Amino acid sequence: MNSFPILDQKDTRSGFGAGLHELGKQNPNVVALCADLIGSLKMDAFKKDFPDRFFQVGIAEANMMGIAAGLTIGGKVPFTGTFANFSTGRVYDQIRQSIAYAGKNVKICASHAGLTLGEDGATHQILEDIGLMRMLPGMTVIVPCDYNQTKQATIAIGAHEGLVYLRFGRPKWPVFIPADMPFEIGKAQVLIEGSDVSIFACGHLVWKALQAAEELAKTGIKAEVINVHTIKPLDTKAVLSSVKKTGCVVTCEEHNKYGGLGDAIAQVLATTMPTPQEYVAVNDSFGESGTADQLLKKYGLDVPDIVQASQRVIKRK
Amino acid sequence: MLPVIRPELHFLGQNVQWTIPTELENRFLVTFEKFCTRTLPAVTHGLLLAASNLPLPMATTQTASSSKSTSISELKRIASQVRRDIVRQVHGVQSGHPGGSLGCADFFTALYFHIMKHDPEPWDMDGKGQDLFFLSNGHISPVFYSALARSGYFPVKELATFRKLDTRLQGHPTTHEGLPGVRMASGSLGQGLSVAIGAALAKKLNNDDHIVYTLHGDGELQEGQIWEAAMFAAGKKVDNLISTVDYNGRQIDGDVDDVMPLGDLKAKWVAFGWDVLETNGNDMAQLVNALGQAKTRTGKGKPVMILMRTEMGQGVDFMMNSHEWHGIAPNDQQLKDALGQLEETLGDY
Repeated sequence: MNSFPILDQKDTRSGFGAGLHELGKQNPNVVALCADLIGSLKMDAFKKDFPDRFFQVGIAEANMMGIAAGLTIGGKVPFTGTFANFSTGRVYDQIRQSIAYAGKNVKICASHAGLTLGEDGATHQILEDIGLMRMLPGMTVIVPCDYNQTKQATIAIGAHEGLVYLRFGRPKWPVFIPADMPFEIGKAQVLIEGSDVSIFACGHLVWKALQAAEELAKTGIKAEVINVHTIKPLDTKAVLSSVKKTGCVVTCEEHNKYGGLGDAIAQVLATTMPTPQEYVAVNDSFGESGTADQLLKKYGLDVPDIVQASQRVIKRK
Repeated sequence: MLPVIRPELHFLGQNVQWTIPTELENRFLVTFEKFCTRTLPAVTHGLLLAASNLPLPMATTQTASSSKSTSISELKRIASQVRRDIVRQVHGVQSGHPGGSLGCADFFTALYFHIMKHDPEPWDMDGKGQDLFFLSNGHISPVFYSALARSGYFPVKELATFRKLDTRLQGHPTTHEGLPGVRMASGSLGQGLSVAIGAALAKKLNNDDHIVYTLHGDGELQEGQIWEAAMFAAGKKVDNLISTVDYNGRQIDGDVDDVMPLGDLKAKWVAFGWDVLETNGNDMAQLVNALGQAKTRTGKGKPVMILMRTEMGQGVDFMMNSHEWHGIAPNDQQLKDALGQLEETLGDY
């Protein structure tokens, strides 16, 4: 049943780098800023080809956010690049006042999100960023699932007027979204249709959800897998239409169980269609050092966890 | 009563400034509010028509130090009205920050009525082809609002809505309500210099040779982001930037030297690579001269800083020499006493 063969193994951050470089060619107003992580964010190509539109700000993320906000005054479309932790928690007030409240057209692009950055450990493994960014009025929050989609999303937010948080990661990960598959901000993608359980996932866990659906199929459970790459604004229509069919929900995210995709979906369901739901998310803890695979397994974000959550929630229907 | 008007024109390829002869004042019984509701081009046009019946006004090539005693006295008159606006706004809602606002009234007057090249209309966020100003210490919004209203960005009578429900004049300035003249939200301190750097970089990318100005509180310099931005501006040669500090030595909890000493502030900015000027921020002639000098120092590879020695509460004796009036409002009697010390020169709103 796997209609999504692995096309390649690439990191989502490289998708960002490729998309940014493409945007640089398309739009002379696109500018980029980085806080001493050009290589990690894969911004080398943009810097090389558009040096006048690239700003190295050094290890000063707060300043970077302010400069990005200021660059919009004069019609520029700034993309900031650093790790997810330094893109959000470290600079929350700068984003809140100078970007969100001020309504500036800044694209906050965050790599190394979640547990899968691995060995650097919990200081760098932010698991709260989706929640932080979701809470800001006017912020669009996008968590693409693979290289191709991250590239598509990067290009898409360049044409989108408004502030955006784009979250991606470090590890090489299966590429399974065809490069020509349409991407639209705010439009969830039904990757596998099913009738027994709706599995909503974002980021790296979309691939895990697809694998879980395969496992479930072996036991006769038809899971519907939906890629919710845009967490805000949430595609409530897609959520409700799937849940009407399946009557139960599993949400999967590389994030704390508080404030992320699961809560976004729970809020829609609680207020319109109360539905049994299980969370596949980090259970209110920090991460630790380890490989990406080890950490996903240890913190309950792996394929068996999604399978078991699905089995549990089906029983609660 | 006519305010000082120094419209700038491009005349025979030269940037010239027309100084309106004083006798014109008697021919124009134009209230300031009416003036403020007109577009600058319209005012300029009207004055040129009027001037055609008079001896040719003196045209001088604008230089940094060309301010004349007449214009200084007119600026002082405007500053007096700005101070009245400040005290009345804060009194009207029994909330706000009069101390720092009064201390910066001369600076705002000099900036908006003499130094900056700016057009209130048509207002747009990008401000291409204009000088831009960013208020980083947003709590002194009363003086910002008065300067904006008195220079034509919005009706002067709107000052009466300061800090009240549904107002565009929020407690701290914001773009959120679409108030013309405000390009950034500020209030949470330490962020304005970074924003101004971004706007200055955008001007460079756009080949726009105008200047970006900022104002910061001295207490605000305790925020670390200021020094991140200071490092960037010098390190990356952001030389179309003039920053200023309201160096009044006071902050909410007391004297800056007691709360968190700034040390040798001039030496700090010099060490960060800035071109630093010092002036008395409450002496209009000195201030105008310093701002003019600062303009001549732009475009030379360094950002420019002016440390302006000011007095919190300047112009209202009982609000001076203390930090007590940082953020409290005068009562009815105190308002009366304050207004008794400030001449109404342009008509209260």
